[in-house]
Amino acid sequence: MRPPPRTPFRVGSAKALIWQFLAVTLFFAFVLWAGHNAAGNMARRSITFGFDFLVRTAGFDIPFHLLSWDVSDTYGWALIVTFGNSLLAAALSIVLASLLGLLLALMRLSGNPLAAGTSRAIMEIVRNTPQLVQIIFIYFVVLQSLPPPRQSFVLGSGVYLNVRGLLVPEATLDPRMWLLGALALGLMIVGWFGRRPGRIAGLVLPVVLLLAWLIAAGLTADWLIPELKGFNFVGGLRLPPELLALWLGISIYTSAFISEIIRASILGLPHGQTEAALSVGLTRWQVMFLVILPQALRTLIPPLTSQYLNVIKSTTLGAAIAYPDVLQIFGRTVLNQSGRAVEVMVLLLGLFLAVNLLTSAAMNRWNRKLALQGR
Amino acid sequence: MKFLRALFGTPANALLSVAMIALFAATVPRFLRWAFLDATWDAMSRRACAPDGACWAFVKARFPLFIYGRYPATEHWRVDLCFLLLAIACLGCLFAGRRRGMFLLMLLVGVPVVGGVLLAGGIFGLPLVETADWGGLMLNVILSFITIALALPISVLLAFGRRSSLPVVSWGSTAFIEFWRGVPLLAVLFMGLIMLPMFLPDGMTVPNLVRAVVVLTLFESAYLAETIRGGLQGVPSGQAEAAMALGMHHSQAQVLIVLPQALRMSIPGIINIVVDLFKDTTLVSIVGLFDLMGVITQSLKDPSWVGLATEGYTFAAVAFFVCCLLFSLAGGFMERQFGNAGPGKR
Repeated sequence: MRPPPRTPFRVGSAKALIWQFLAVTLFFAFVLWAGHNAAGNMARRSITFGFDFLVRTAGFDIPFHLLSWDVSDTYGWALIVTFGNSLLAAALSIVLASLLGLLLALMRLSGNPLAAGTSRAIMEIVRNTPQLVQIIFIYFVVLQSLPPPRQSFVLGSGVYLNVRGLLVPEATLDPRMWLLGALALGLMIVGWFGRRPGRIAGLVLPVVLLLAWLIAAGLTADWLIPELKGFNFVGGLRLPPELLALWLGISIYTSAFISEIIRASILGLPHGQTEAALSVGLTRWQVMFLVILPQALRTLIPPLTSQYLNVIKSTTLGAAIAYPDVLQIFGRTVLNQSGRAVEVMVLLLGLFLAVNLLTSAAMNRWNRKLALQGR
Repeated sequence: MKFLRALFGTPANALLSVAMIALFAATVPRFLRWAFLDATWDAMSRRACAPDGACWAFVKARFPLFIYGRYPATEHWRVDLCFLLLAIACLGCLFAGRRRGMFLLMLLVGVPVVGGVLLAGGIFGLPLVETADWGGLMLNVILSFITIALALPISVLLAFGRRSSLPVVSWGSTAFIEFWRGVPLLAVLFMGLIMLPMFLPDGMTVPNLVRAVVVLTLFESAYLAETIRGGLQGVPSGQAEAAMALGMHHSQAQVLIVLPQALRMSIPGIINIVVDLFKDTTLVSIVGLFDLMGVITQSLKDPSWVGLATEGYTFAAVAFFVCCLLFSLAGGFMERQFGNAGPGKR
């Protein structure tokens, strides 16, 4: 009796080729059909195709922007400015979510039933309610209950919180610091993708470089401190409530998932590690920060990366509270004004795809390097 | 005594406990007073509500809207009947033991067919209800149910496709999966609602609900496919080899032997995706459908109930929390019943 084939198709066999040819043909037939419909619909509404609209003047204002923006700037620049807004929200959220996640995980593992129970309760509530509900709740309920500018909360020297947002000192950086920063970043990227950088170059050096640059930049910069003049503040940088709501909402939601990831990687370590560290005389805090966390970092990275990518994607939820992110401004305002739906869609989705694929490629690389250093 | 030592055993622990107790003392009584003691349960408008307490009268007055959307009040029994059927089918799948198969068939075939006829109407003397009038929490449940029912088979195909030895099939599946996993759901929902008509023949219109379902299905099938692929990889190759040694064809071995074990192993992942999907259906409110979030936002504009965002959104949070928790519990039960038996253990 002839044994049954191990796989239904051998690569390169006539049957395999026919099936694949059929699949490709069907796919292209579908694309052609959709394209034909789109071309017909566009011709009927006399819309043309092309990316020339990117150099046209936008003529609208963007209420909050980190990069410079003027109504006479182009649609193309609007894409970059609003994507900058999205990335700002993502960067802030990633930092806060990681810190909150670590705090929740440590509370859960502290052995104190009160802290562990609170952490568990927060996690269950956060994980079982939609992110959108949380962001909208923070925006319409929590932030609306803040005091008016004259009764602002003072959170530090030059940092004020009121119903119009969070005011922070604004730094005008010395242009030479930008150059230095770019240089350091370049060095780090070279080190990153160069020959095995090891733990020092891969983890410690970037942190040290970043801190050194931040301190140097802070000392040389021109600081504009917000001041109360009449009914409002002048000077400084105002983070609007939309950004705050998005930032807090994403951070709180993501921190619940991050805390669970951290907890799983810590519990995944053999208990002997803790016992050995305790028996050589380290304190519980030293055990946690010198022995357990550095090792847990290894199993932490892949799931943490996907959470960080989720954060970047979640910034689009800003559209629900009118934060001027790339979806709200470029995907809505620009699309409606220019009528270039297909082009806008291609740019928008391409941008997110590129960021996602690049980040996961970089993280995979780092992960391989860390994982290779055997225990 | 042990409990007290855990709370106040060391100075650091004692400090932490005192801080937590202080935090509770500052927040919990205030919240309870607002939510229950000072709350108003019956009132005709906001002005009749106590100023310092929650105005639950708003939620009470708008409750049918929150659950059924603009579905006509005289036809609400049809929705109730649908949910009853769904609940019976789900409970049957969980608790019926050996007769589970019958209830699974009811869930996969009976509920969609009967539910579709009941909800849409237009035949058997049932008045037609346009999908534009479907809304509230009912819409979230319906969207999740249809999406999962459509996405599961697609994702199985994609998972097999990504493992296929045919380069075109595996590259195609991989590209599809990575595309949908790389883009934000809200962006594709938004694009889908605007763009879908553009790629259809002239004059062909599709209701917004269907557009949302198409996008949600494609999106979720990519995530489900990765979970199921993980399950497929977890089945030892000896299973398929043994099946083929018994004379089964490759596809028979995959579908009858490997897939059921893989699905059983991916139950926790699937449960997580379903819970995430249910929460993510709230995003349709941003693109103009009136799900629970949509109707709440709309009711807050009502002049007699204006400014009750806290009560409205708290209700939404509680409703989603209860549904998700129930689902997680059911998932945990399912996992214990037939999830953790590894390959070949039964």
